[in-house]
Amino acid sequence: MPHRTFLWFIFPSLLAMILFIALPIGSVIVQSLYIEHEQVVKTVENCGPFGCEEETTVDAEATAAIREAEPLGRFNGIGTYLNRSHLAVEEVRQAWAESESLGAFFGRLMNLPFYKALAFTLTYTFVVTPLVLVAGLFIALAVNSIPSRLKGPTIFVSLLPMIVTPLIGSLILFWMIDARGIIGASLQNLMDDPSLSLKASPTLTWLTLIAYGVWHSAPFSFIVFYAGLQTVPEETLEAAMIDGASRWERVRYVVIPYMAPLVVFITLMQLMDNFRVFEPIVGFSAAANATSLSYIIYNDLRGDYQQFGSAAATSVLTILGVAVLLTPVLIRTWRDFNRKRA
Amino acid sequence: MAAASQRRSRGLIALTTGFVMLWVVIASFPFLWTLWGSFKVQGDFFSKADWMNALWGTFTRAETGGAFTGAGYEGAWIEQEFWRAVLNTAIVVFFTVVISLTLGTLGGFALARSGYRYAFWLLMIALVFRAMPHITLVSGYLLPFFEWNLWGHLPTTIIVLVAINQPFTLWMLHSFFLNIPKDLDESAMVDGCTRFQAFWHVIIPVMWPGVITTGLFSFLLAYNDFAVTAMLLSQENQTMVPKIASFLGTTQVEGNVMFAVAAVVSAMVPLFFLIMFFQRQIVSGLTAGAVKG
Repeated sequence: MPHRTFLWFIFPSLLAMILFIALPIGSVIVQSLYIEHEQVVKTVENCGPFGCEEETTVDAEATAAIREAEPLGRFNGIGTYLNRSHLAVEEVRQAWAESESLGAFFGRLMNLPFYKALAFTLTYTFVVTPLVLVAGLFIALAVNSIPSRLKGPTIFVSLLPMIVTPLIGSLILFWMIDARGIIGASLQNLMDDPSLSLKASPTLTWLTLIAYGVWHSAPFSFIVFYAGLQTVPEETLEAAMIDGASRWERVRYVVIPYMAPLVVFITLMQLMDNFRVFEPIVGFSAAANATSLSYIIYNDLRGDYQQFGSAAATSVLTILGVAVLLTPVLIRTWRDFNRKRA
Repeated sequence: MAAASQRRSRGLIALTTGFVMLWVVIASFPFLWTLWGSFKVQGDFFSKADWMNALWGTFTRAETGGAFTGAGYEGAWIEQEFWRAVLNTAIVVFFTVVISLTLGTLGGFALARSGYRYAFWLLMIALVFRAMPHITLVSGYLLPFFEWNLWGHLPTTIIVLVAINQPFTLWMLHSFFLNIPKDLDESAMVDGCTRFQAFWHVIIPVMWPGVITTGLFSFLLAYNDFAVTAMLLSQENQTMVPKIASFLGTTQVEGNVMFAVAAVVSAMVPLFFLIMFFQRQIVSGLTAGAVKG
């Protein structure tokens, strides 16, 4: 296709992506270098019958005026990145110097909002992704073996957790694990502990969120694996059987290698989606025990006093995280592409 | 007819059947439970004493006289004006899907038919864009949108959702277009069509399955979005998902969680029908990127 025609065809789509994806990335970088104006303070002398006293008040009008004039705020350089809510360089150095053991150091690190969010985001991403792969593979193997009449309805039901809005899915589970909900109450009975609450302790909250993540994403890997299973050649399986491979060995040495490209695909999709974990934290009201990078950006942006600079700095750090996450994939694809061309 | 390699022992059959049944329960029970519970009063939906209350509706009977009550729905839809959010969702989703598909088919066709290196790089950039957490982009929009008075309106949100959808739409349609032989548009062009006429009169008619599948996923992305719609829409323009989130803040205090439950079920129903009618397309869409490499 000639360059000119190509450009005409892709132009609207490209324009939308440049305006609303590329430029905003530039915009967060600029915003992250600025910080909100401080409030303008004025000193007023109040004279009463018992003499005069000086009083400092916030000059609301002047504050509004300066905010109006320079909505971006004042230039702060990389100050926002280094402050306590982000990389917290000073606090980390202090913690490193004062902590006696590595455990104590990480304990102190977890009190810093950015590191707390990063820890959960990474844990969530790297625990949920493999679990989703394993769960999906087993469901696919099992569903593949049931009578074909039942397959349709089973797939229908399986799609539900994935298709349903993440916020809604997490709310539904949140209501069920409530101490007065069916799962929460049953767990209390089972453990014989009337004060057991999945919402109270950080560990249980993390486990709940991870369980939600697997429940939500397992259908995706199930469907992909299930479709892949239909393409495994019957001859190879029979040949393996004649060679004396047991059922598990056939799965291990024939089916799984056949699924390898699918594993790469699912892993890539899951890493991207799990890294931006956000809705479940809102749905489970889990912010006290678990926050994610996306969540702290959201938290900065909502409410009456929006901290654009702070949100932007976290956004830039998050984007860097995505870049690190994607680098291996991009390098690999680049190599494949070159090999194909050569 | 099971092939020889599919024959299995009775124990294994029991094991797999049990496993599938367990999964079916895990996947579907929360929805059925919430659907059932949405017709009860709060005392039954959250019953400290005995969860069986939710089944028999003990409190529901005591408070309303019947075993089922539509009070939650009435409260959500009429009192809290959930219908407004439903209407907004319909508008946002409809336009997002239509515009996404229009831009996406044009772009995806170009990417599939261009053999140049830059087409590959565009796809790679689209992949990186696809990985951007939406909230990071939102934090880039907010300040400019406030300044230019674009914030809070439905059209702004629609355009933003279209743009966020584009990387995914391009990838998916591009892989569908690759399956359509090049000869088709080339022979049309030999017959005197321009490139666009070939695209419009020859390629699109055979692309419908791919367009519908991609449309379904655009629909889901717009319908399920929380980050963009929660941050970019004003109170009166809210769509369903942010509306439900705001219910939680206001109704928990008044003890009217049932409003939120009813709203959640209402938002679930369209998705349920979507899967029912388009199960095949969804499955083929999920695997489109994977199986073809």
